[in-house]
Amino acid sequence: MIRILKQIFHTGIVTEQLPPVTDPELMKIGVQLEKVIQERFRGSLAIRQVDAGSCNACELEIHAVNNPIYDCERFGVHFTASPRFADMLLVTGPVSQNMEIALRRTYTATPRPKLVVAVGDCGCTGGIFGKSYASLGGVDQVLPVDAYIPGCPPTPTALLQGILRAIGK
Amino acid sequence: MSKLKDAIVTAFGADAREDAGQCPSSVPALIVPRERFAEAAKVLKKGYALLAAEWAADETPYGRGFGVFACYRKESEYLIIKTLAPQTDPTFPSLTKKFVPAYRFERQMKSLLGVVAIGHPDTRPWIKHEDWPEDAWPLRKSFDGSKPLPRVYGEYDWIRAEGEGVCEIPVGPVHAGIIEPGHFRFQAVGEDILNLEAKLGYVHKGIEKRFEALSWSDASRLAGRVSGDSTVAHCLAYCHAVEALTACRPPDRAQWLRALFLERERIANHLGDLGAICNDVAFAILFYHFMRLKEAVVRTNFALFGHRFLMDTIKPGGTLVDVDAAGVAAILGEADWLAEELERLVVIYDENPSVEDRVRDTGILSSEKARELGMVGFVARASGLNLDCRIHQPFPPYDRINVTIPVLVSGDVHARAWVRIEEIRDSLRIIREILKSLPDGEIFAPLSEPLPDTSGFGAVEGWRGEILYWLQAGPKGEINRCMVRDPSSLNWLGLEQCIHGNIVPAFPVCNKSFNQSYSGNDL
Ligand code: SF4
Repeated sequence: MIRILKQIFHTGIVTEQLPPVTDPELMKIGVQLEKVIQERFRGSLAIRQVDAGSCNACELEIHAVNNPIYDCERFGVHFTASPRFADMLLVTGPVSQNMEIALRRTYTATPRPKLVVAVGDCGCTGGIFGKSYASLGGVDQVLPVDAYIPGCPPTPTALLQGILRAIGK
Repeated sequence: MSKLKDAIVTAFGADAREDAGQCPSSVPALIVPRERFAEAAKVLKKGYALLAAEWAADETPYGRGFGVFACYRKESEYLIIKTLAPQTDPTFPSLTKKFVPAYRFERQMKSLLGVVAIGHPDTRPWIKHEDWPEDAWPLRKSFDGSKPLPRVYGEYDWIRAEGEGVCEIPVGPVHAGIIEPGHFRFQAVGEDILNLEAKLGYVHKGIEKRFEALSWSDASRLAGRVSGDSTVAHCLAYCHAVEALTACRPPDRAQWLRALFLERERIANHLGDLGAICNDVAFAILFYHFMRLKEAVVRTNFALFGHRFLMDTIKPGGTLVDVDAAGVAAILGEADWLAEELERLVVIYDENPSVEDRVRDTGILSSEKARELGMVGFVARASGLNLDCRIHQPFPPYDRINVTIPVLVSGDVHARAWVRIEEIRDSLRIIREILKSLPDGEIFAPLSEPLPDTSGFGAVEGWRGEILYWLQAGPKGEINRCMVRDPSSLNWLGLEQCIHGNIVPAFPVCNKSFNQSYSGNDL
C-alpha cells in the first residue's frame, strides 16, 4: 500500500490540455464540448465502439483516448459496453462482409440520436482494403454517417476533435 | 546442412525433388508425390519437428493446378514440403492426425481455395462464414475479388453440450470492451467452463487476395496493416520475403534501425498488455500507469519517426526513416526513465495479493499441450517452450546482438504477464546495444524485380511471436500468392485449451493474457 501511495504522489497529475487546435472552427467546437454534452446529453456522452474489420491500430488509439494523458471522461465522454445505452457509435474498419450484420444489429439496438462516426481511412473510404468481396468499402456503405475522422490511424487528438464535430452539429 | 531435409531425402529417395525456386536457399523446399504428403509429416514428427504453417496456392498461371505446402520448424531449421494437386481433383492427404495446428490451416485452405484435405475430421468452413456461397473460393485465380459477395442461407454447426444444468453462453462478435470482434461460445455448468469454442473470421478483409493486386512495393503498406499492433513485425517479415526473392541485402544501418523499431513495438505492446491484464483483475492503478508509460513510448515514436506505431517506416530494401544523434540521445534517455518507472510498477504488481490471487494458476496451458498445439511467441515461452526466431533463426542484426529470452513453466496468466516484463527489460537492453553499435551509411538498397516462378520466405519474431510470410512471383513477375501466418493462427487454439477447469469470469483475463490478433488471424 505504501508503494501504491508513493507511486501516486510521485507521478502527480499527468492529464494534459488538448494541444492547441490550429483550425478555428475546431477551436470553437472544443470550447462548446462540455456545453453541448451538458445540454444535449445531460453531461454524459455514451459511446459504443464497433470494430467492423479494422486492423486494430484504430482501436489502440481509441484506448489512448481513455488513457490518463487524454482522459476523455473529463469532458463527459465515456465508452459503454452496451449499444442500448449509447448515444454514438464509433465505427472502425472498412466494414467486412462478415461484420455487416452485427454492425446493423448494433445500430438497431442503439436508441436515438444514433450518431455514427466513421473512424480511420478504412471507416471513411475502405482505405487500403478498398471495396472487395470481403470489404464493403466504408461505414457509409451500410449506415448513415454523421462525421468522418480520417487518418491511419487517427491520433487521439483527432479522435476527440471528430467526436466534438459529430455532436456539435 | 539440414537435418530435416536429410531425413526426408533418406526416407523418400528419388521421390523427393528439390524445389529450386525457393529463396533463401537456407530454407530448403522439397516436392513430394501427393500420396506421400502425410508420410513426410510422419517422418518429420519423428524427428521432433513442428508444423509451423500449411497453405495452398493456385498455380494455374503456370499450368500446374494447386500447390500444397507445409512448413516445418525444428530449432534453427525450416523445411517446406510441397506437393501438387491437379485442378480436376484438388485434394491432398490431411496432416491433422500428426499435427494439431493443421486443423485450422486445412479448414481455411478448403474454405478459401477449395483445396480439400482428405481425412480432415471437421468439414465446417473457417474464416469463410456460413452465409457465403459454397463455391466462393476467393484465393482461386478464377475468382473476381472486386465483386461483392451474395449472401446465402447457412448455419454454423456449433459443438453442443447437453444435460442437467448445462448452459450455453454466446459472446460477441461485438464485445463489451474496445477490442476486435470474434464469437466465443461457452458451455458451462454454473460458473465452471466445460468447453469453449471460438468462431473467428469476422474481420476477414480479403488481405491475401488484395496482395495479389498490388505491386511489390505498395504491398509493404498492406503488410503493415495486417495486424495494426504488429505493423513493424509484419512489414518486416514481408520485406524479408521480398528481399529473399530478389537477393537484396539491405544496408547494415537499415537492419539495425529495423530491429530498433521491432523492439520498440515489443515494449509498447507489452506495456499495454500488462496494463490490460491488471485492468481485467480490477487493479486500475497499474492499468493507468502502464498506459501512461505506453503513451510516452508512442509519443517518442511520433516525434522521431513520424508515426505513433511506426507504420510505414520500413520498406523492401531498407527503411524510410533514419535517426540522428539527438534522436539517439532521446531514445537512450527514455530507456533509462522507462526502466526506472517499470521496476517500480513491477514491485507493485508482484506484491499485491489480490492480483496474485487472480493471475496465478489461472488459465494454465501445460508444456505438453503448448507443444502439441504448436504455440509460438510469449505464449510458448510462458509454457516452457524455448522458441524465438531472434535466437533460432537470427535475422540481422540479431546474429550479432545477443538476445536473452525468458522461459517460464507455469503456463498461467501470471507466466504470460511475467514473460512480458522480462522481455521489456531485455528489449530495453537490446535497444541500448543497437544504438551503441549503430552502423553508419545508407538506409536503403535498390531491389531488382523478382523472377517468375520463384518464391521467397521470411520469418520474424514480432512481439506476439513468429510471423511467417511466403511469397510467390507470377509469370509476369507480379505477386501470384502471399501467404501470411500470424502467430495468432496457432495461438488461438491455446486459449480454447487453457480454459478448461476455469470459471467464466476468469475468461477475460485469460484472453487478455493471450491477446491474440483477430485481424492477423482472419486476414
Ligand atoms: S484506418 Fe489504418 S489504422 Fe485504422 S483500421 Fe484502417 S488500416 Fe488500420
